[in-house]
Amino acid sequence: MIPAAFEYQRPSSLDEAVRLLADSGDDAKLLAGGHSLLPLMKLRLAAPSMLIDIGRLRDLSYISDAGDTVTIGALTRHHEVETSALLKAQVPLLAHATSQVGDPQVRHRGTIGGSIAHGDPASDLPAVCLALRATFTVVGPNGSRQIPADDFFRGFLETALSADEILTEISVPKVPDAGWSFQKFNRRAQDWAIVGVAAVHNGSTGVGLVNMASVPVRAAAVEDAIAAGSSAAEAATHASDGLDPPADLNASQEYRRHLAEVLVRRALQEAGAP
Amino acid sequence: MSILGNRVQRREDPKFLTTGGVYGDDLKIEGALWATFVRSTMAHARLTSLDVTEARNRPGVVAIYTGEDVDLPPVPAGLPGVPDVMARPVLAKGVVRFVGEAVAVVLTEERYQGEDAAESVFVDYEPLPAVVDPVSALTGDVLLFPEHGSNVAVPMNEPQAEDFFDGCEVVVRHRLINQRVAPCPLEVRSGAAMWEGDRVIQYASNQAPHGAKAAIAGLYGLEADRVRVIAPDVGGGFGAKIGLYVEDLILPWLAKAAGRPVHWTETRSESMLALGHGRAQVQDVAIGGSRDGKVEAYRLEVVQDAGAYPSLGSFLPALTRLMTSGTYDIPKVEFSAASMVTNTTPTVAYRGAGRPEATAAIERAMDLFAAEIGMDPAEVRKRNVVANDKFPFTTPTGTVYDIGDYGGAIDLALQASDYQALRAEQATRRSSGDTTQIGIGVSSYVEITNGAGPPGEYAKVEILPGGKARVYTGTSPHGQGHETAWTMLASEQLGIPMEDIEFVANDTDLVPEGGGTMGSRSLQSGGLAVHEASIALVDKAAKLAAELLEANADDVVLDKVGGRFHVAGTPAVGRSWAELAEAAGDDGDALVVAHSSSPAGPTFPFGAHVAVVEVDTDTGRVKLTRLVAVDDAGTIVNPLLAEGQRHGGLAQGAAQALMEEVRYDDDGNPVTSNLADYAMISATELPSFELVAMATPTPINALGAKGIGESGTIGSTPAVQSAVVDALAHLGVRHIDMPATPERVWRAVAAAQSTAAE
Ligand SMILES: Cc1cc2nc3c(=O)[nH]c(=O)nc-3n(C[C@H](O)[C@H](O)[C@H](O)COP(=O)(O)OP(=O)(O)OC[C@H]3O[C@@H](n4cnc5c(N)ncnc54)[C@H](O)[C@@H]3O)c2cc1C
Repeated sequence: MIPAAFEYQRPSSLDEAVRLLADSGDDAKLLAGGHSLLPLMKLRLAAPSMLIDIGRLRDLSYISDAGDTVTIGALTRHHEVETSALLKAQVPLLAHATSQVGDPQVRHRGTIGGSIAHGDPASDLPAVCLALRATFTVVGPNGSRQIPADDFFRGFLETALSADEILTEISVPKVPDAGWSFQKFNRRAQDWAIVGVAAVHNGSTGVGLVNMASVPVRAAAVEDAIAAGSSAAEAATHASDGLDPPADLNASQEYRRHLAEVLVRRALQEAGAP
Repeated sequence: MSILGNRVQRREDPKFLTTGGVYGDDLKIEGALWATFVRSTMAHARLTSLDVTEARNRPGVVAIYTGEDVDLPPVPAGLPGVPDVMARPVLAKGVVRFVGEAVAVVLTEERYQGEDAAESVFVDYEPLPAVVDPVSALTGDVLLFPEHGSNVAVPMNEPQAEDFFDGCEVVVRHRLINQRVAPCPLEVRSGAAMWEGDRVIQYASNQAPHGAKAAIAGLYGLEADRVRVIAPDVGGGFGAKIGLYVEDLILPWLAKAAGRPVHWTETRSESMLALGHGRAQVQDVAIGGSRDGKVEAYRLEVVQDAGAYPSLGSFLPALTRLMTSGTYDIPKVEFSAASMVTNTTPTVAYRGAGRPEATAAIERAMDLFAAEIGMDPAEVRKRNVVANDKFPFTTPTGTVYDIGDYGGAIDLALQASDYQALRAEQATRRSSGDTTQIGIGVSSYVEITNGAGPPGEYAKVEILPGGKARVYTGTSPHGQGHETAWTMLASEQLGIPMEDIEFVANDTDLVPEGGGTMGSRSLQSGGLAVHEASIALVDKAAKLAAELLEANADDVVLDKVGGRFHVAGTPAVGRSWAELAEAAGDDGDALVVAHSSSPAGPTFPFGAHVAVVEVDTDTGRVKLTRLVAVDDAGTIVNPLLAEGQRHGGLAQGAAQALMEEVRYDDDGNPVTSNLADYAMISATELPSFELVAMATPTPINALGAKGIGESGTIGSTPAVQSAVVDALAHLGVRHIDMPATPERVWRAVAAAQSTAAE
């Protein structure tokens, strides 16, 4: 319950944070809302030698209208996202899915950037970003680059971020008129999803899956089936095509595959796919 | 006007809800060291070596002790029939028998240093095969205590009559799993010990300080008066804190060895492994009767999982046995049981302790019987309940039920839930083929409260200078609200306002004896003692007032509104409590009465619950939509407190049916050792409970009160489980084990559909 000893730094600007991160070696970790990292540290499953606390970098907490997209600073708390009028109007799927994360305490501390950077396949927001075709901006000692959500999630808790990079912004296309659905199947309100499905249907269709692989994934076979004219029910039978879902306390692989099919079907139907 | 029966707010709450509570971890103990335990990571292994050299050099480490260093004897279960070889060493010696067993203890200046140091104690284990479930333990292939020759901790066999079911038109048999659950009190265990000269002062998060005192005195070979136990504010126990654990018991030894007080608080992860677990029975039920719904014979065979070292858990079948036949008048009843040791956390009492298991078994059996003969489950129950004119009623297992109206409780619950309308709605849903089906579960229950140990309890009531009063009790409140209820009872008799009555409990130096709080005993034993002591105190005061008023004692009355004694008919001249306190001597005629109650025996609260669930047949998800509870605890002193007990009990009972289960993998590794993995229920998973009042006072005690602490868990679990099965009954589903997780329910649907397809 008490983490191993660590050093603590609180940079006052993004530049300083980048510098500190570059100087601190592989064992340093960024601390945003702490709601993924601190539990791991308390259980001593993680023992970083240094924490660089970026949680108070106000410049990285914003939700802005950028024309065709809405841009969200990485340090924006879940609570801001779920209550944002701009997002509710332009990207309602993201605002709603965020309101399903954990409980109010978690949503007042956890950040969208932390959720994405952590790359947890059981987290809700990576799947939503995949469905929405979001783009991430990251900054490192050599400047900034943009990474599409599709190229971001690499392995279990592993992302395209290199050790010296900081995720600064999430950019999501506006989809004010799209049909959408977020199906979160969990046992208790504050639990992670056993399986989750994020879908947008807008001429083209985006479907992201929670907890159906070792990384957050898109249900590409489902999207293709819809594009090829399949009905929601037919397309849903492809929900776990090519995936190797985890088996754990709450669900066997077989059950996860079944849930994915049911939830994808429901999500597509709710989003208005034929 | 009487204060009793009113919804008086809990006067202890402002303190608990703000920052006024002082729990074990909050104690400020001058000069104390912190204890941190090193725990086994293996379920069953030989301890080949323990290397503490690196740990000793970590910052703040004062001492490290292993099983070889501690010269305390092993702690016996203290229960009849449990073999001595199964006594639990204070720290493991030679062998570890469950994940979480303490193998060493580190003392540090600061608490955080203990976790760092404990991490660098290196333990070498030579793995042994583990036995994780009690039925496998019966084979004896893996023995926890080879010296004993078997894994049986407590045998309990009654002859099995071969012709038991002869004459029954229908006999149904089933194996039921009453799964292992974790009590999860909000406050984990915490405590401290220190020596004052040759006296040990021990703080413990515990439900029975006097029992704890006896345990420490026994283990250390001390005279009782050399031990003082204080339970500070205790954040829940649910039975799991009735006894002291080895982690508590070693603290005085550590304090002596280190020459300083020692303070200890476990983490939640430790608590999930090392605080006792509850339930954990495998039950084989067989029920026989006639096609017109009369049950003629019922047999229950129990295999109890006692965990690695027999504790109160090994004794649970004895309580299950008492309640085998539930609310029913069944001519032939048989019970047999064995308590087995396994490589798991020891089991203990948990809210209901043995009785919920009995109720779950008989209620499931009634449902199976009803399904077999095609009769409505509520109707089958009503045809078999004990008739009202048969009380006191002696069951075939020898239990004497005090008083009841079991059929009346069922009727009330059916009415309150509008059972016929629910059945009609269910029929509509079924014929529509909707993927959201509804299920209705009915349970009828009776339980025994104040049934283990001596039924009486100690109280002392005294008048303080100035006319205020103080109540002492031997019960051990840890959330129930005794402070409110006991001062209400005293106020009612003394005519002194509640706010002028102080309350003392949970300190063995201030209260000379006590049984503690468990088994829903407190009001009917301890509350009764306060009630009786207060009456005796009024008598005593009336005599004194008579002397002062130069009147006949028989003519003196207490005006309870003003708290004044006067001669009947002449209220103008009187004596207040303050004046009497002033006039009273210090010795024999001091205004104080110490008294132990002696109720005639245990009491038998009863009731009926109706649960309604929605089941998504596509995913297996279950949503509890209604829980209607009729709970008859006799006379209610404070409905607010009683409802609080019912709410908590209903939540925990529903949790067992739907959510909670402590699980191990095949090697005995726990897989539910934190509150993310262990699905402790929360308010969002529960409906607003519909509580229905019913009060049949018991003749057993002067208050007419029965216990209410455990009723909720006892009635709700089978009602909710039954509702889940009922939702799928039209598909041919007859049983689903608890907890009814989505995957389990989905599998039951899938199995029924594939059977139907064949
Ligand atoms: C009880 C509980 C319930 C929860 N339930 C859910 C749930 O239902 N659904 C869900 O999706 N999540 C859930 N979460 C997780 C929650 O959403 C976290 O807030 C989120 O996953 C991580 O965000 P954070 O800001 O707390 O990140 P932190 O814990 O601070 O960091 C997480 C990781 O990301 C890295 N990191 C953080 N920010 C950046 C950045 N800007 N650039 C690069 N790296 C960065 C950190 O170094 C660390 O490795 C729950 C958490 C808790 C404690």
